[in-house]
Amino acid sequence: MDFLAELLIAALIVFGGVFGLVGSYGLAKLPDLMTRLHGPTKATTLGVGSVLMASMVFILWDKGTLSVHELLVTIFLLLTAPITANFIAKSFLHRQANPETDLPPTGTECGWASFDVPPDSDDDEPNSLTIPRRNKG
Amino acid sequence: MIARLLPHPVLTATLVLVWLMLLNSLSLGGLLLGLILGVTVPLLTAAFWPERPRIRHPLKIIAYVLLVLWDIFVANIQIAYVVVFKTNKQLRSHFITIPLEIYSPEAITMLAGTITMTPGTVSSDLSADGRSLLVHCLDTDDPQGQVDGIKARYEARLKEIFE
Repeated sequence: MDFLAELLIAALIVFGGVFGLVGSYGLAKLPDLMTRLHGPTKATTLGVGSVLMASMVFILWDKGTLSVHELLVTIFLLLTAPITANFIAKSFLHRQANPETDLPPTGTECGWASFDVPPDSDDDEPNSLTIPRRNKG
Repeated sequence: MIARLLPHPVLTATLVLVWLMLLNSLSLGGLLLGLILGVTVPLLTAAFWPERPRIRHPLKIIAYVLLVLWDIFVANIQIAYVVVFKTNKQLRSHFITIPLEIYSPEAITMLAGTITMTPGTVSSDLSADGRSLLVHCLDTDDPQGQVDGIKARYEARLKEIFE
């Protein structure tokens, strides 16, 4: 039993480590910001996920109690990772993308929210903190 | 009265559960403090979240979460393959537009989160009227197929749950 538990924990840690490594490698290797975003949002979730599972198995085997902190960490990770990625993507669009040439059309009457105002708003600025764009003023 | 005291009963239940999980034990004191938090936090934040989301089929959320977890697992392996074995020149990354059929802000948020966590896609922006989603694909030779896949696999299920 001890051997089996150790084998499982070791396998999970190695599996997680490999994915963490691949995620970091992707971050360094991929050519631009938008593609780089894919590395940390994907490969890292499984990497961290399996290390957390290894931790749960270890505590269950070592102390005989079920630890739920790891589940919480997983939930918070799944909640926050997409929001961080969205914030980074939006600031990238603000600073470096030209909505007319770089982005596909929205298919509706309005433009993308980073560049256009909602239809029922009186505000002329898309955002009160509008940063001057590199491509157009 | 109940509606004013508990503007978001689901949020209250979630907060109590998360608090108990943080304590990692079940005790009366922990439950009480959890309940206090579960009542005050939704009251203090009610102004930012005026409408109570309608959830038609709560049980289907569990099936949805399991599906997404499985997809995250598959996505990780696919992305790892792309990152390790493809050169940057072979990457065909695109922005794609997904026209939305769902209206509920909660459903759109969940769809955007799901897209970011699953195969080679990151949701980047929403159109100003909230009717389409801008998604970046890491490597795809069939952008329209990606759009159809996301709509059939995730959006249809969320529509069933929320609307």
